[in-house]
Amino acid sequence: MTIEQIRAAIANKTTTATAVAEQHYARIAAEDGPDGKNIHSFLALSRERALAQAARIDALAAQGEELPPLAGVPVGIKDVLTMTGSPATAGSKILEGYMPPYDATVVQKLEAAGAVLLGKLNCDEFAMGSSNENSAYGPVRNPRALDRVPGGSSGGSAAAVAAEFCVASLGTDTGGSIRQPAAFCGVVGMLPTYGRVSRYGLIAFASSLDRVGPFATNVRDAATMLSVLAGWDPMDATSSDREPADYVGALQNPVDGLRIGVPAEYFGEGLDPEIRAAIEKALDGLRGVGCEVKPISLPHTRYAIPTYYVIATAEASANLSRFDGVRFGLRAEGVKTLSAMYRETRDQGFGAEVKRRILLGTYALSAGYYDAYYRKAQQVRTLLTRDFLAAFEQVDAIVSPITPTPAFHLGAKTDDPVQMYLEDIYSVAASLAGICGISVPCGQTRAGLPIGVQVMGRHFDEQTMLRVGLAIEAGQA
Amino acid sequence: MAEDAAVTTEVVLRVAELANLDLKAEEVPRMQRDLNAILGHIAQLNELDTTGVPAMAQVGQMLGAEAELTGEALRADTVRPSLDRKAVMAAAPETDGRFFKVPKVIER
Repeated sequence: MTIEQIRAAIANKTTTATAVAEQHYARIAAEDGPDGKNIHSFLALSRERALAQAARIDALAAQGEELPPLAGVPVGIKDVLTMTGSPATAGSKILEGYMPPYDATVVQKLEAAGAVLLGKLNCDEFAMGSSNENSAYGPVRNPRALDRVPGGSSGGSAAAVAAEFCVASLGTDTGGSIRQPAAFCGVVGMLPTYGRVSRYGLIAFASSLDRVGPFATNVRDAATMLSVLAGWDPMDATSSDREPADYVGALQNPVDGLRIGVPAEYFGEGLDPEIRAAIEKALDGLRGVGCEVKPISLPHTRYAIPTYYVIATAEASANLSRFDGVRFGLRAEGVKTLSAMYRETRDQGFGAEVKRRILLGTYALSAGYYDAYYRKAQQVRTLLTRDFLAAFEQVDAIVSPITPTPAFHLGAKTDDPVQMYLEDIYSVAASLAGICGISVPCGQTRAGLPIGVQVMGRHFDEQTMLRVGLAIEAGQA
Repeated sequence: MAEDAAVTTEVVLRVAELANLDLKAEEVPRMQRDLNAILGHIAQLNELDTTGVPAMAQVGQMLGAEAELTGEALRADTVRPSLDRKAVMAAAPETDGRFFKVPKVIER
């Protein structure tokens, strides 16, 4: 079911928001746990809050009131966002059982738009990972192939939509964590422009990169979600006061005449041939509806991963210093002094990948290395961003792969962090530049694994990106 | 950032100390191996001459006048309710309801 189908069905009383919520909870109960398919996408259910909201929507419908855009739509929330009444763990033992004292702005906005929030979704610990295998609460399985990863770090958010446990969900994307799992699970995942969506209530990983965005089953629903989420928030100093566009209305505009750039650097060695063929087919489809498809160059692409892993880990090492056993979360027992309490708490509470990134980030920021690593990476970030700004003078959107391979097997890359980081090769540059991006399903491999295609747009030009995404989606039918 | 700047066990322990991480002895060799592998990959950045290239800390710097995106925009300085103290203190590992309690600070 799409967002509009659910809203219409509730408005014309063929169903109720309560019935829709119960159906989704029933599916979660049957399939998400170890007695079902053991997908493990949800970490907590917020039944009481969801059913109270559903009752409010049903009362509105009974009175014949105009229903808000997400009326009765079941939505799941990645567990790095705060939602009162449910624990916020960030996939970490250090926050096990933590009950946040306020709602994230995006949580408030979704409920104000009528969404029924079903619960909190599994993710890599502190959103650090590309496979969801770094969750302290156990991995998520890909609903399309249960022996494979759903991608990460928003693996639960992608899997829950793919398994029809919810109609849309929220994820976060720091280096690819929405777009890559969307591709692996065969759903739509959108990275809005940096500053477009509030991050108040997001547990921070890397503040100059972290973004909140939606998952949905189709491009139109993603546009509807963005129209609810976008906008200035006085509680987030990095949110933009630019007026959001009419993202849903823009979808009516035809794409003929749009200039589509295809960056040569995204089609090199290491790209799975079946993915390459699927993207080329999608590009043929865009030509067929009147787009001008042309080659472009983003010459610094190969430096995006090393740049990202310096900047993201440096910022993470600072952000994660707040987890010290004093104000919230875990505190190590039986420790006699304050400094030992800090160290013991953090050793017990953080998983291996989080420690690895804190160490790397601390190293990169430490005396004698700051210029060589952190400053150098910030300079290369400028070059990567200039690549995009120059390209967008010639084209209106960029189309590329989003993952080098389809979903891989659970455990396939857990022993080699560099191999795991290379998963992000097509996603991190857009993250560093702050531009918007979306992953749209575009067929599947012979083995039946979903393939995603990425559309990247100018800063604050989600409208054009969504139109191209919709044209690709329409070409799949 | 030379390729030969291999991270030694001592450096791993020193960085862990800076980061307030109390690594177990068995964690150290794996972290050392991984840090060296990742730093080896990062060394590619040395291929680029970045003389005179400005450092980019925030996206807004690249977009001209967007102060918000550089984290420089401030909201109006008005009095507003803060979070409920009870709700905040309820999440603390140890508290008397007004203060956070911690183990002994002076270590002697």
